[in-house]
Amino acid sequence: MRGISFDIAHMLAGFLVLASFLMLYQDRLYALLNVLALHAFILALSVAWQANIQGAPHLYITAVIALGFKAMLIPWALRKIVFRLGIHREIEAVGGIGLTMLGGMALVALSLEVMLPVTAQADPVAREDIALALSVVLIGLLMMVTRRNAVSQVVGFLSLENGIILAATGARGMPLVVEISVAFSVLVAFIVVGIFLFRIRERFDTVDVGALDEFRGGRQ
Amino acid sequence: MMPDLVSGVLFVPLIAAAALALIPSYRLSAALNVLASGLSLIFALLLLVADRPGMGHLLFVDDLNVVFIVLNSFIGFTTSVFSATYIAHELEIGRLTPLHLRFYHAMFQLMLFGMNLALTANNIGLMWVAVELATLTTVLMVGIYRTHEALEAAWKYFILGSVGIALALFGTILVYLAARPVVGEGMDAMVWTTLVAHARDFDPPLLNIAFVFLLLGYGTKVGLAPLHAWLPDAHAEGPTPISAVLSGLLLNVALYALLRFKILLAGNPASIAPGPLMMGLGLLSLIFAGFMLYRRRDIKRLFAYSSIEHMGIIVFAFGMAGPLGNFAGLLQMTMHSLTKSAIFFTVGHITQVKGTQRIAGIGGLTISHPILGWGLVAGVAAIAGLPPFGVFMSEFLVVSSTFAREPLLAVLLVFGLLLSFGALLLRVTDVSFGPVIGPVGPVRASTIPLFVHLALVLAAGIWLPPPMVAWFQHVARMLG
Repeated sequence: MRGISFDIAHMLAGFLVLASFLMLYQDRLYALLNVLALHAFILALSVAWQANIQGAPHLYITAVIALGFKAMLIPWALRKIVFRLGIHREIEAVGGIGLTMLGGMALVALSLEVMLPVTAQADPVAREDIALALSVVLIGLLMMVTRRNAVSQVVGFLSLENGIILAATGARGMPLVVEISVAFSVLVAFIVVGIFLFRIRERFDTVDVGALDEFRGGRQ
Repeated sequence: MMPDLVSGVLFVPLIAAAALALIPSYRLSAALNVLASGLSLIFALLLLVADRPGMGHLLFVDDLNVVFIVLNSFIGFTTSVFSATYIAHELEIGRLTPLHLRFYHAMFQLMLFGMNLALTANNIGLMWVAVELATLTTVLMVGIYRTHEALEAAWKYFILGSVGIALALFGTILVYLAARPVVGEGMDAMVWTTLVAHARDFDPPLLNIAFVFLLLGYGTKVGLAPLHAWLPDAHAEGPTPISAVLSGLLLNVALYALLRFKILLAGNPASIAPGPLMMGLGLLSLIFAGFMLYRRRDIKRLFAYSSIEHMGIIVFAFGMAGPLGNFAGLLQMTMHSLTKSAIFFTVGHITQVKGTQRIAGIGGLTISHPILGWGLVAGVAAIAGLPPFGVFMSEFLVVSSTFAREPLLAVLLVFGLLLSFGALLLRVTDVSFGPVIGPVGPVRASTIPLFVHLALVLAAGIWLPPPMVAWFQHVARMLG
């Protein structure tokens, strides 16, 4: 019984890494947002499962936040924004898809290599969850670095944050997890409202961060 | 007694923030802003002398954080005085509307609340949330002018700050994981005082990795070199009082978080020594910023890079540790906060009267505006490390203690110091002396905060009061 509950926890965490990889090669924003919703949905399942096996009912709140806020509301709002901005065209990926995927694999290998020996004494659920969560975090960072478009950078940040919530829930008995996930949701809401407001006020002609850099021009 | 004082430091800004959000008159709210900051300062000063009985699970005060709280509250107070005249001018020229100001004042107090919460938190999770709150409020204030540049700066700050804060949270989780087998599940494993008491038994490799994440995460907020990209933009594009509090306060709060975790690692002999990592990043920031200073054309950006340089020196000093290194780091931090906020006070009025932040558009200040001009010259002389100012003394301590322990690194350190010294002097002669460039209209400046800060820095350079020396020595020993 104990074995199978571990296996399910690991499977869900593994799925989350897989979903991160799915994000890396999406070259259309709508598809990317769908994967983001899937990512958050897997996180919600994973958190709910942790709540179940740890007997920690407060984690269900985090799961509900992940499901309602991150898997539904945020992708929906971003989709609206993408539509309003008329940028449902291709994403410029820096460095090419193949290279990014290889980079992602290297990051997963790195985080397993770093975390598994270190967490040898921790309990086995936390142990692999933390390693997989670190992979999700690093892939999220990779995505933020390789994408130039503000919306996809935000998607990268959201996946990074999902990885952290996974780590926090995997650490058995960690206090303040719910509060932290609420704090993160506030942060994310600010980011989304931020993009929305920028556009509403029509201050930028593009949300391409590369173009924003040009405004700096001679001002140093 | 103590819980009341701590809640004074926390609740005064919080209540003031709520009240300021509701008050439509900007004169009244500016006055209330000053009043609330002054009141928090009084509470902070009382903390210094009051007894400190039992430690709470959420909040605590010890000799280390009380230094930060007093410094923060003091600069928060003087900045609120400066801000009152600064924003009156911004309102006149129509850069800000009364509605913006309501928002600005509420955010200012909320930021002070966030910082005080981060400093008094006895819980690594609560501290993380508080740092996030302080970051969010400053992001909102950086973007308040709503220009292309301001929004871009706020966005950059926001994204980089969020990544930093996310990495710091990952590190926090790892610390919890390291503590759990020893301390047990639940809240106890996130309480500072408990963590430090049991640090010896934590799993060293886990603690090492945690520190790397915390260093990268909170280091982003400190503005250490490879992670500093947000800092110059945020300083240059926001209102100048915010530049002053960013440099004078927010960087220190992030540094405080780093120092706390450093104490934790120092308590565990089997873990890596955090010193070399911090010294490396510190030196990199110092030298990098030294070179960058030469190419600046914007006066606020110039001083933003100077903040990176000084945070580099401070982190280097704390990385070297030992009683002398820590003492020098603490002194340098105090002096830098006071001097840099004083510089931003003058720069704020200067940019207002000249209508530009471009160095090329400013000249002959000592002739056209003697008080501001000489104030800036004195401030830059202090920040560049000229005697008899306090920064000279703290930098001298850093350099001499480095020579005693790592002579090779001291060469690099001196090189970095001279590099930035040259750049700052070059730029300040451009704007202060020579022919008058730009408008020469009269300026309504609040010079009291400026001169109070400079006087303190000067006094510290000439004579440090023995109780303060004893206090700093004691804290330096705490830091290990």
